[in-house]
Order: sequence, then structure tokens, then C-alpha cells
Amino acid sequence: MNIDFPHRQFAHCESGVTANLLNFHGLPCSEALVFGIGAGLFFGYVPFIKLNFLPLTTFRTGPGSIFKKATRRLGIEVGKQTFRNPLAAANAVDRLLAAGCPVGAQTGVFWLPYFPPAYRFHFNGHNLVIFGKEGDDYLISDPIFEQPVRCPAADLRKARFAKGALAPKGKIYYIEKMPQQFDLPHAVEAGIREVCRVMLKTPVPLAGVRGIRLLARQMVKWPAKLGEKKTILQLGHIIRMQEEIGTGGGGFRFIYAAFLQEAAGVLENDKLVTLSQRCTEVGDLWRDFALIASRVCKGRAAVQDSFDDLAKLLHQCASQEELLFNDLQAALGR
Amino acid sequence: MKKEDVPQQGGLNAGCREVNYAVDGDGRYTLESSVGWEAKNIALRQAWEAIVEQLRETLAEIKAGKKSALAYYMAKNQMDPALLAQYSGVARWRVKRHLKPSVFAKLSDAVLTPYAELFGISVATLRTVPETPDLLLAELDHAEDVNL
Repeated sequence: MNIDFPHRQFAHCESGVTANLLNFHGLPCSEALVFGIGAGLFFGYVPFIKLNFLPLTTFRTGPGSIFKKATRRLGIEVGKQTFRNPLAAANAVDRLLAAGCPVGAQTGVFWLPYFPPAYRFHFNGHNLVIFGKEGDDYLISDPIFEQPVRCPAADLRKARFAKGALAPKGKIYYIEKMPQQFDLPHAVEAGIREVCRVMLKTPVPLAGVRGIRLLARQMVKWPAKLGEKKTILQLGHIIRMQEEIGTGGGGFRFIYAAFLQEAAGVLENDKLVTLSQRCTEVGDLWRDFALIASRVCKGRAAVQDSFDDLAKLLHQCASQEELLFNDLQAALGR
Repeated sequence: MKKEDVPQQGGLNAGCREVNYAVDGDGRYTLESSVGWEAKNIALRQAWEAIVEQLRETLAEIKAGKKSALAYYMAKNQMDPALLAQYSGVARWRVKRHLKPSVFAKLSDAVLTPYAELFGISVATLRTVPETPDLLLAELDHAEDVNL
């Protein structure tokens, strides 16, 4: 029951899975293109939702949305299922594999034995492709690893039925039918417009550019409010959400810059080349933020002084992103 | 980020390499392999140190007779009573009761089996705790300290 599935390593799990599945079904495309069409870029700071007991800061949209939006915009028909019964969930995968169809699955990282121990946290939004079964092992193409990996069926079952925030409930997804032809420029444009909208015109102050500014304003108060220990934990958490495996660096800003570069060709619009460079600059700014923040975590810099600097950097990120997405919208025209 | 600036600072990732997006000399984006970045390593190590500290505190509380051995394995698997209840299928109020040493001492093997299976250990092991936290993170102590 093995499918000849071409594995490619990418930076981010969900866009990587989607790109690899599309590639298998005859649409060669890059991870960046999928990420952009699926409008994966985001910013959100939601202090009242806790992840590992720390406030949620995210640089991307929720799990599942990149696959959903990218396939919809390309006119691809997909199948999706969640399960209550682990046995039924395993049987459904086996049936699809027997029919020669590789299966995307949402899993909890904590239970995947092939992950380095240091990365095994309770994070349930990890995506991978199951493409075969040998004895009691499933063959898995996990896009953040260099090579395909094996995973015992019992461990995969635990991972697919991980509990807690974002519980996957055995979720699987797969491509059912590819269209005769693709309207790539239309899909790319729709993806860009959505990102501009969520970054600039969000109704809640927690998301987009407003979310970055909120984080900057709240952050300077942390040392006095929470004490040094908790402050440093929260700061470390932001670094991890921004730079941890799966972002491609700079909180997805570099992936997005790569997408804009590709989009310039697809839309035959030279303005996007310059905007891609500006997006890279924003990513570099986020990297500076992570670097200074990590020094604070290590106790190499005075806490309150550095927090003023960090907040200043965040405001700078927010201003640059605001200008960038405004100009991006303008570049597409009405 | 420029291609030549992609950091190669190994840490806790056990030799796994990940992909970074960077621009080459002609300004084109490429995928570059990276073994890690010190800023990330610091944040990751800090998260694990917090877990180890929590385990030490829990062990001290168990020794002082304030908590049962279950508390140690719960913390080791990064769970709280609510999450442990969801995973084990044992009601949350019962999980909380089982964290008391007096109640825990009287529990039968049958009651402890769901916990032991979840943690991947035997029931006999579940009744005991190690002297010091036993995480499978050898690199945590030896991770090289690169100056920033």
C-alpha cells in the first residue's frame, strides 16, 4: 500500500503539505505560492487565550485555513473528515491509501516519536501527509523534515486524537478532483487582497497591525505587572511563536516576501518586486526583535530599558507593515 | 535575510535541519538549510528549564507528602488536571483526588492503568518517582553557550 509520493522539505507544515499534495496531483507549485494564495500571513495577540499557560501570539491564520482557501481559490475539489472513533479514523486512512490517495492529517506534535524530544510540546496544529503503510508503521511525509519518516500506528493514533486546545479529532483531508485548468492570477490576487484586509481593516484591536501595536503597548507594562520571571517566560514564548520551526524565519514574513516575488511574475506586475523587498525588510526587523528579546531572556540586558526598545521596534514593525499592505492593495488596483 | 546570513547555530534540535527563506546575490528567494539560530535556542532552552524547575518543585512537594506520584508524571507530560482528565478518560474531580497522596496510596492497579498506558510506563513505575527530574534531554545541560 505504498504510493510513490515525492517528498519535499519546506519551512511550514500546512503550506508544505498542501504544496506537496498539489504537486502529487499534477500542479507543481512552491510552498510560498500556496502560502500566499491561502492567505496564511497574519498577526494576532490574544492575551485571554492561553497556550502552555502563556498568552497566545500568532503570526499565521488558524490550522486548516491555508489548505481550505488555497484549494478553493484554485477550484480544486477536496474531501475532509473528522472522527469520534479512532478505529474508524484509521480505517478511513487505510481505504484512501489503498485507493492510491495520499492523505493530509492534523496531529499533535507531543505524540510523534520522530520529532526531536526538545520539540515535543502540546501543539495540536501540526500537519503531515500519510502516504503508505508497512506492517504496523505508517509512512509519513512531514514537510519540515529532510526525508520521509516512519511512525508506528499506535503513536499516530495518539497524535491524531490529541486533546486540549485545537484538538484535531482525527482530522484528515485529501484532494478528490483537480480542475481542467487553473486561474492562477485570480487566485493569487484573491489571496493578497485577503491578507491586506485582515492586516489593515480588522474590526478587533487584537489582530493585524492593530494587534502588533496592542502588544507593543502592553509589553512595556509587563516587568512592573508580572515580575521578571513571568515577563521573561512570556517574551520567550513570543520568540518561539515567531521563529520556532515552521515559520521560515521572521514570523512568516520571509515566506510571504518569497510569495510576492513569485506573484510579480504571475500577475506581470513589477511593483510587487519592490514590495517583496520591503516585506523582507519587515522580516529583518522582526529578526532584530527576536535577537534583542533573546538577550533579555538570557539576562544580558537590563529588563525595563530593553522593553522600551522592544516596544519601539514593534511599533516600527507595525508602521512598516501598515504602509506595505496599503501599497500592496494599491498595486493591485481596484 | 540574505543567503549568507542564514544562521547555523545548533542547539536542542538533535541535528535536525530546517528550511529558512533567504535572498541570494541576485535578490531571488531561495530555500536555505539551517541547523538553528541562537535566539531560538535560548527561547527553547528557557521553556524546558521552566519545565525542569516545575518538576523539581513537584518532587519536593511529593517528598514533603503534599502530592502523589501522579503529579510528577502529569507535569513531566506537560499536562494539568484538565488535560490529563481528557486524555485518560478519568473525570477531572477524580484526577484531582488522585493527586492527594493519601488517596493515591489506596488506589488499585485497575484505577491506575489508564494513567500508566497514557504515559507509556508500568503501573509499578507510576507508584514511584525518581530522585531528580528524568527528562530525555541530554542536550539541555551540555548545549553550547554561544556568546551573542
